[in-house]
Amino acid sequence: MSLFANTAVLLGKEIRTEYRSRELLTTTFVFILIVIVLFSFAFDPTSDESRRFAPGLLWLAILFASSLMLQPCFLREQHNDTLSALRLSVSDPFAIFLAKLAANTLFLLLTEILLLPLFAVMYNVPVIPVLHWLLLVLFLASLGISIAGTALSAISAQARMRELLLPVLLLPLLAPILVVSAEVTRALLDRAPVVRWKGIGFIGVFDVVFLTALWLFGEYLLEE
Amino acid sequence: MWKRALIAAAVLFLVGAAAYASFYIAPEEKTMRVLQRIFYFHAATAWAGETAFGICFLANLAYVWLRKEKWDWLAVSAAEVGLACITVVLITGPIWAKPAWGIYWTWDARLTSTFVLWLLYVSYLLLRTMIEEPDRRALLSALFGIFAFIDVPIVFGAIRWWRTQHPAPVIMGGPGSGLDPTMRKVFFFSVLALHALMLFLISERYRLEKLRTDLELIRREAEAI
Repeated sequence: MSLFANTAVLLGKEIRTEYRSRELLTTTFVFILIVIVLFSFAFDPTSDESRRFAPGLLWLAILFASSLMLQPCFLREQHNDTLSALRLSVSDPFAIFLAKLAANTLFLLLTEILLLPLFAVMYNVPVIPVLHWLLLVLFLASLGISIAGTALSAISAQARMRELLLPVLLLPLLAPILVVSAEVTRALLDRAPVVRWKGIGFIGVFDVVFLTALWLFGEYLLEE
Repeated sequence: MWKRALIAAAVLFLVGAAAYASFYIAPEEKTMRVLQRIFYFHAATAWAGETAFGICFLANLAYVWLRKEKWDWLAVSAAEVGLACITVVLITGPIWAKPAWGIYWTWDARLTSTFVLWLLYVSYLLLRTMIEEPDRRALLSALFGIFAFIDVPIVFGAIRWWRTQHPAPVIMGGPGSGLDPTMRKVFFFSVLALHALMLFLISERYRLEKLRTDLELIRREAEAI
């Protein structure tokens, strides 16, 4: 019980911080938008072409954006050593991770939902008929990105060159998410949409495996 | 000193014998002919590299739980040797692929996932250079090593099921796969030889890491005086 009560309080704190500044959401959203526009210069986004590569591009943009968005997650707890305060205030350090990864999932999902209509219009892909499936994939993949990303941002925050290090550590680790999410999204945006259950399940397995690893090893990540 | 020289000689002999066996004892393959002989080296090195990463993972776990610095030395040694093996695999692969497939590289499942595996351990070693304090470096890199190793089967699964020109697995593959008995013997002999080489390199690298730590201690003591 105390784990979830603690998590809820900490999640409230994360959301309040973001609500007051709105820095993370706006910057990430603009970043993804820039990437998407730049991609349209690198490739020719005509309709049939775009159906083939748009899903991969969308996921690549999300992955890059998340590797930047996850930076401040533990870094901003260092300025006034608020991390020590957090650690003292909860009985189980896993609550800190749960709150942070829930907040990150929420922020990432919000950015993606804001992005989706723009993406659909710019790359001329029909998202409305498969919206609920798309949201499921976005949710599961964002959860996976946030679980792995929260863990690794706790590592990179304690190293030199941390801004550069996090993407280097995180992106290869997230390769399975990119492969599967892009494939599932491609099948959904096809002329004859197909729901790839195996792929959706696979992303779910990734989430469960990394959440378990974080639960087992999370406390060591926050050691003094 | 003599003991190490003797072990080195034995490992060298094993690797040499494996090379001889793969060129002169193994029968010639029907379609690929002499080209197929790189398989004994290529696949055996891949196995040795994967074993080395397994050793690195176990050492990482041991460090997190036991906090003895020797486990950190073992982890970094195994990671470096494993990375060297996988680098050899990524080089011998294209050497074979060019005459066999007509191209050096293709984004096939095995190649891609081996490349991601390689990248994960490059990141691991990179992370180690970015943390000064030895205890912190040992702990954080051990934790990243654990996450990376857990990710490996997921990467292989994801790429295998969703993305495939590499020859189907010959050993432990589906029905219809399998090796000629002599080829099989030669292959497993190569696997043995390259594992011996891998373990020898790890033990040498481990020794080096230990010496480095000792030297650092002595230097600090000298500075204190």
